[in-house]
Amino acid sequence: MTALVIISWFFLLCGSFFAVVGGIGIVRLPEFFSRMHGGGITDTLGAALIIIGLCFAAGDWLVVVKLLMILFFLFMTAPSSCHALARSALSQGVKPVLEIDSVRKSSSLIDSVQKSESSQ
Amino acid sequence: MTPTAPDMMSPALIVSSIAILVTMMLALVRAMLGPTVFDRVLALNMMGTKTVLLICVVGFLTGRTDFLDLALLYSLMNFIGMVTLLRFSQVGHFGKLSETMESLDQGVFAAEDGSNKGGDSS
Repeated sequence: MTALVIISWFFLLCGSFFAVVGGIGIVRLPEFFSRMHGGGITDTLGAALIIIGLCFAAGDWLVVVKLLMILFFLFMTAPSSCHALARSALSQGVKPVLEIDSVRKSSSLIDSVQKSESSQ
Repeated sequence: MTPTAPDMMSPALIVSSIAILVTMMLALVRAMLGPTVFDRVLALNMMGTKTVLLICVVGFLTGRTDFLDLALLYSLMNFIGMVTLLRFSQVGHFGKLSETMESLDQGVFAAEDGSNKGGDSS
C-alpha cells in the first residue's frame, strides 16, 4: 500500500509541476501560437499525470474506470479543440511573429488555408 | 470511502489542488490581458480543463468519489462550448455555410482587436 502511495505522490507532484509550468507559459510567452504550447502542456501532461496519480490513490475499480474515462475524453477533446483554435486564428489573420522570411512563408500558409476553405 | 489512508494522501492532494488553482489564476490573467480573442478562448479552454482536474482532486480530498461523474460531464461540456465559440468567432452565425467567406472578410471578432493582430504582449 505504501508503494502505491509513493507512486501516487510522485505522479501528483509531477502533474502539479507541469500544470504550473504551463500556466507560467501561457502568461509569459510572447505571442499567440507559442502561448498555445503552454496551454497544451497543461492540457496533456499536467492533466494526464494528475489523473494517473489519482488512479494510484483510488482503491476502487469503478473509480479507476471513471478516471480513465475522464482521461480518454480529455485526450480526445484537447488536441481537437487546440487544432480548431489554431485553424480559426490562422484563418482570421493572426500571424506567428517570426523573422521576415518566416512571416512571408506564414502568410502564404494563410492563403493556402483560405483557398482550402473556399473550395469546401 | 477510499481504502487508502487519507492522512497519507491528503498533503499531495492539497499541494496539487493549490497548483491547479495557481494555474487557473494565471489563465485568468491571460484571459484579461489577451490582445486577441483567441488568447481569451485559449485561457477559457485551460480554465475548463483545470476545473475538471480540480473537481477530481477535491473529490478525492473529501472522500466523495461521486464528483468524478461531474468531472466527466464537465469535460464534455467544455469541449462543446469551445467548439461552438470558435465556430461563432469564425463564421459569425450558427448556420449557412455559404456565407462563410463573407463574414471572414468582414472579420467578426477582428474588429475588436484589429490593431493587435499577432499581438506582441510584452
